Amino acid sequence: MTVSETKKHAEGHHDISTGVAGGDGSASATRITPGNALRPEDISLQLRQGATGPSEDAALYALQLGDDALILAQRLGHWISRAPELEEDVALGNIALDQLGHARSFLTYAGGAWGKSEDDLAYFRGEEEFRSAHLFEQPNGDFAVTIARQLVISCYQFALYSALTGSADTTIAAIAAKALKEVDYHRDHSAQWVLRLGLGTDESRRRMIRGLSMVWPYVGELFVDDDLVARLAADGVAVLPASLRPEFDRAVAQVLAEANLDVPDVPAAPGGGRQGRHSEHLGYVLAEMQVLARQHPGASW
Amino acid sequence: MEAQPVLVETDVDTDGQANFDRIIAQDSRIEPRDWMPAAYRKTLLRQISQHAHSEIIGMQPEANWISRAPSLKRKAILMAKVQDEAGHGLYLYSAAETLGQSRDQMMADLIAGKARYSSIFNYPARSWADMGAIGWLVDGAAICNQVPLCRASYGPYGRAMVRVCKEESFHQRQGFEILLELSQGTPEQKQMAQDAVNRWYAPSLMMFGPPDDDSPNSRQSMAWNIKRFSNDELRSRFVGMMVEQVRVLGLTLPDSEIRFNADTKMWEHSELDWQEFKEVLAGRGPCNAQRLERRRDAHDDGAWVREAAAAYAERQAVATESAA
Repeated sequence: MTVSETKKHAEGHHDISTGVAGGDGSASATRITPGNALRPEDISLQLRQGATGPSEDAALYALQLGDDALILAQRLGHWISRAPELEEDVALGNIALDQLGHARSFLTYAGGAWGKSEDDLAYFRGEEEFRSAHLFEQPNGDFAVTIARQLVISCYQFALYSALTGSADTTIAAIAAKALKEVDYHRDHSAQWVLRLGLGTDESRRRMIRGLSMVWPYVGELFVDDDLVARLAADGVAVLPASLRPEFDRAVAQVLAEANLDVPDVPAAPGGGRQGRHSEHLGYVLAEMQVLARQHPGASW
Repeated sequence: MEAQPVLVETDVDTDGQANFDRIIAQDSRIEPRDWMPAAYRKTLLRQISQHAHSEIIGMQPEANWISRAPSLKRKAILMAKVQDEAGHGLYLYSAAETLGQSRDQMMADLIAGKARYSSIFNYPARSWADMGAIGWLVDGAAICNQVPLCRASYGPYGRAMVRVCKEESFHQRQGFEILLELSQGTPEQKQMAQDAVNRWYAPSLMMFGPPDDDSPNSRQSMAWNIKRFSNDELRSRFVGMMVEQVRVLGLTLPDSEIRFNADTKMWEHSELDWQEFKEVLAGRGPCNAQRLERRRDAHDDGAWVREAAAAYAERQAVATESAA
């Protein structure tokens, strides 16, 4: 298949010259968007140089956004070397890298409120201290489950980050602006695959329908307003999740209609990730992610 | 599937042979449409496809640590690196396809165990420090091998190698940096780094292939301007580089016999265990079965996805045709 992954690959982190010329050799690999887009290293530097960190509320919000992206990156990273074709090793790797980049920026910024680094937050918090939504924690399943999860997440994140580019918190706005360009590609990637799987063969269609029905119980949690976002939305920092639902529904319905698929009619699960009540899956994800860092507390890598 | 170009060269093509000989004598480039001797085509196809397979199988030992990378920055760098390797595989399969074999066929040969890939990837990546040692030693050896291949007489191969080499040198620097950080870290981290260097040193030296007096194909490859330096020359050059760099790392190479021979201008090292090399090559290495099984699983599990994409493309083509 020939969606735009290889083009994206060519334009992605491979522009290694930008970072090298700046004298920060190792940062170049993580400068995913060439040019002056905001990187976690930049946010960390600003905080160290005395820039105002986030308010407690804004930090908790950034933590939610960062945790979602981090857990998704961890999930998607598993596909690298296992994808259905080499182009997908590259494409899913790209998306994982983008999400990891967003996670690092949000976590670095959140940590500014508590004197913690991105790694303190990623590696040394327990399960109940994470704020990810259940959808992000769902296992990869087969390729169709991953694509169904990607469709929902990319449409949700596109609506979310579009709105957050206007956040009164300028750091959140800047991270969202960078993320938005990348999530636009994630949306295209998942939509192209929903079409191929939905209209491809009987088997792919059956799997796509099953994939959608497996992730759909966890869609509702993404659009629940709570006291934290209500306070932040009043200040123009956050966006009320419920307000994103109409755009999300429209975007998803359009893709599914083109693929001749229905929006699944399945009961919603209650969620609870934003309050630290997680799916059973998260503990295993964290156990694997944190194991080495926790064997060497205080070490630098 | 598209029809493949005819693989069999005409037995006698005097004009073609003269043109080929002239291009090689001028140290210029053969392009896919040029006539070339069947043996030249076969040699290149084998070498480029093995190289592509090595990139793809080589993703596995490093992918093994993506989920456990001990910092988010290292995780990002490692993901980018393994993704680069998939990209290298793609360029190289494309270069090989210009010689008349489809990627599907090459992949089928790999999965069937009929094709070779670099034996180094049959060793396990046991610790995080292996991410450093693989970058520093394995990618370092690959660069020594591959920089001269940028001038290989076959155009598509040489051009693919230019891009691969740029990224590989970046990978090697990352590997060096991982080891340096570990070496300057806690005693446990430094031990982890030394242990990884100890395990990857000899296998990385074997990446240059058997000694010159036991490398029957080298002479012809050099005459065809595919290979520019002998296995032992490249190995010596690599040892010389590593001797310098290991000092900066504050680690040691597990070889007390390394010395520069002023007469031959070659770096010498202790005898390598070529019996082990042959064993791993024959399929009896620590991870041979695991690596192939993983590739086979990915390929088999993805079959329905590739079929769906093909069916969709066909449906779109029909729709476009009937609309026209």
